[in-house]
Amino acid sequence: MAVMTYREALNLALREELTRDPNVFVIGEEVGLYEGAYKVTQGLLKEFGPKRIVDTPIAESGFTGVGIGAAMVGLRPVVEMMTFNFALLALDQIVNSAAKLHYMSGGQYNVPLVIRGPGGPAHQLAAQHSQSMEVYFYHVPGLKVVRPSTPMDAKGLLKAAIRDDNPVIFIESETLYNVKGEVPEDPDFVIPLGQAVVRREGTDVTVVAYMGMMYRAMEAAEELAKDGISVEIVDPRSLQPLDTATIIGSVRKTHRAVVVEAGAGFAGMGSEIATEITEEAFDDLDAPVLRVTGAQAPMPYARNLERAKTPTKEKIADAIRRVCYANGSR
Amino acid sequence: MAKAMTQKAAPGLGLDADLARKLLRDMLLIRRFEEKAAEAYALGKIGGFLHLSIGEEAVAAGATSVLRPDDYAISTYREHGHCLIKGSDPRRVMAELFGRVDGLSKGKGGSMHLFDKEHNFLGGHAIVGAHLPIAAGVGFAIKYRGGDQVVLCYFGDGAVPEGEFHEALNLAALWKLPVIWLCENNRYAMGTSLERALAQTEIWKFGETYGIPSEPVDGMDVLAVRAAVGRAVERARRDKTPALLEVRTYRFRGHSMRDPAGAVYRTKEEVEREKLRDPILLFRDRVLKPGVLSEDDVKKIEKDVNDLVDEAVAFADASPEPPASELFTDIFKESA
Ligand SMILES: Cc1ncc(C[n+]2csc(CCOP(=O)(O)OP(=O)(O)O)c2C)c(N)n1
Ligand SMILES: [Mg+2]
Repeated sequence: MAVMTYREALNLALREELTRDPNVFVIGEEVGLYEGAYKVTQGLLKEFGPKRIVDTPIAESGFTGVGIGAAMVGLRPVVEMMTFNFALLALDQIVNSAAKLHYMSGGQYNVPLVIRGPGGPAHQLAAQHSQSMEVYFYHVPGLKVVRPSTPMDAKGLLKAAIRDDNPVIFIESETLYNVKGEVPEDPDFVIPLGQAVVRREGTDVTVVAYMGMMYRAMEAAEELAKDGISVEIVDPRSLQPLDTATIIGSVRKTHRAVVVEAGAGFAGMGSEIATEITEEAFDDLDAPVLRVTGAQAPMPYARNLERAKTPTKEKIADAIRRVCYANGSR
Repeated sequence: MAKAMTQKAAPGLGLDADLARKLLRDMLLIRRFEEKAAEAYALGKIGGFLHLSIGEEAVAAGATSVLRPDDYAISTYREHGHCLIKGSDPRRVMAELFGRVDGLSKGKGGSMHLFDKEHNFLGGHAIVGAHLPIAAGVGFAIKYRGGDQVVLCYFGDGAVPEGEFHEALNLAALWKLPVIWLCENNRYAMGTSLERALAQTEIWKFGETYGIPSEPVDGMDVLAVRAAVGRAVERARRDKTPALLEVRTYRFRGHSMRDPAGAVYRTKEEVEREKLRDPILLFRDRVLKPGVLSEDDVKKIEKDVNDLVDEAVAFADASPEPPASELFTDIFKESA
């Protein structure tokens, strides 16, 4: 184990996979000479050269399509979106081509492609640069969607994504790049997609949360422990495939659940997880599942409004208290 | 480089009997195949959208004739001909149109999504413009691996106003990728004529914008297509230069079977006039007159093609529907 930042963990994963497999290459805006808008690809151009680390003009649909075409004939591209907000320009390529080619060709052509970059709330980046983008992708059959919360997950899951034979949407976060944590240095360390992890064990309530929300939920749990509320936190890590077994298992133990998500709540990940819990474990629930979600509004710039838009530790703690004091007859 | 005049077939091309037979056979195969498909559509055996390339057969036949089997082709939803001539078994193509389990994609793609990995046919893509960046990616992979194959990318005039046409041409030119951009300009995108869609209707001129060799080509002359694509392929193989060919052709039928006559946006007279330049009739005359092929040769080719297509229909008819379990297979590739 080594202690490193989330950014360094991603960089290490890329370096290891580029070294392991000559078919892996990185392509995107500013990934080479500029070393990445968020420096995730720092040093890669020097180490692997311009054939493997490919700078593109600003043409998201174009270079995403290049990734898909290259993947169809056997390469393993890692496409960087400078931020995931810009993936909307490539949404047709991702949804209509990457996700569907294996199915439409009856299994003849597959698309081993990773599209990665930061997404979600950041620091005062305003409406166009801090959206929770996973919602646009996990609805689509044929796409896998990953949201890694820790440096260890960033490394292990990115390596799994690169080795996967299918298109994987891998959304990081500006707010996590500097987070430090322990990371295995073993180049064969991989975290399989579709496995949730219990971040904190508890007995009274299950909280499902990922990325920045997971950290806020952890803080809320610390605080509630002082009041004698024991919170279990499940981090799904992959949203598609979603490890419902781990989530349901936890709820069967605690009998109460709160689902947290940063994005606007309407038809969001929280709705999906709350529904899964209700359908699978209704009889185990002592109270209705609660959601804590971002406000149904674009992301404002002003600091106070930005804070009001995104779930805070206080809002999460409040929901946990409410679900704990409530009972099924509510 | 670019020429303002439509290219005539190069005189020294060498039209021997074998080549004449092959080109005529390929064009006839597409025509008979699609005529039968239209019949099957009328009988309800084929559903959804069915787009015929009748009138445009010289493009697929001429262009594919200069490709190697390890070269790639990628196309739109009007791709039956491109796929058949690339080498696909007509029986499996017809079965795909019928939505049957013996189709190329087990019936899961249909007429608009033909794929044949064995013959390097990379699909049938039905989002206008979307497969152009994908073609650039295949060219990228060829170059990455140091190969000398090329990618032949067919698209319609309707893709030219799309952003992806420009993104893909720019990237392929910028990175010197071995892609032949072959625009099948049939003058209409559904009911929208070229003049109503493009500020620059000389599509080949966009090649000049991106600094790549480009030329207009008579798409009703199979030898002209063969010559122009041949030049582009040779260049792409040798020094990875992409090319843009504006192949001028015409569809005799409607946009799809749901637009049977195609009569509201163009005149009957126009269609009749274009039919005088039927690429199959033109080529047949051309090979019969100097005696490259005899009447008997032509009859034999026609009979062989008819038999092949009849067999394809019988095969498709006899093939079962895909089992219900196929709904959930091929969504993801299971890693080994
Ligand atoms: C992005 C997109 N927009 C619209 C359509 C609907 N559509 C299908 S075919 C077509 C016309 C395309 O014409 P062209 O590219 O000239 O090809 P042709 O049909 O003439 O072979 C249109 C508008 C589509 N499939 N994709
Ligand atoms: Mg057209």
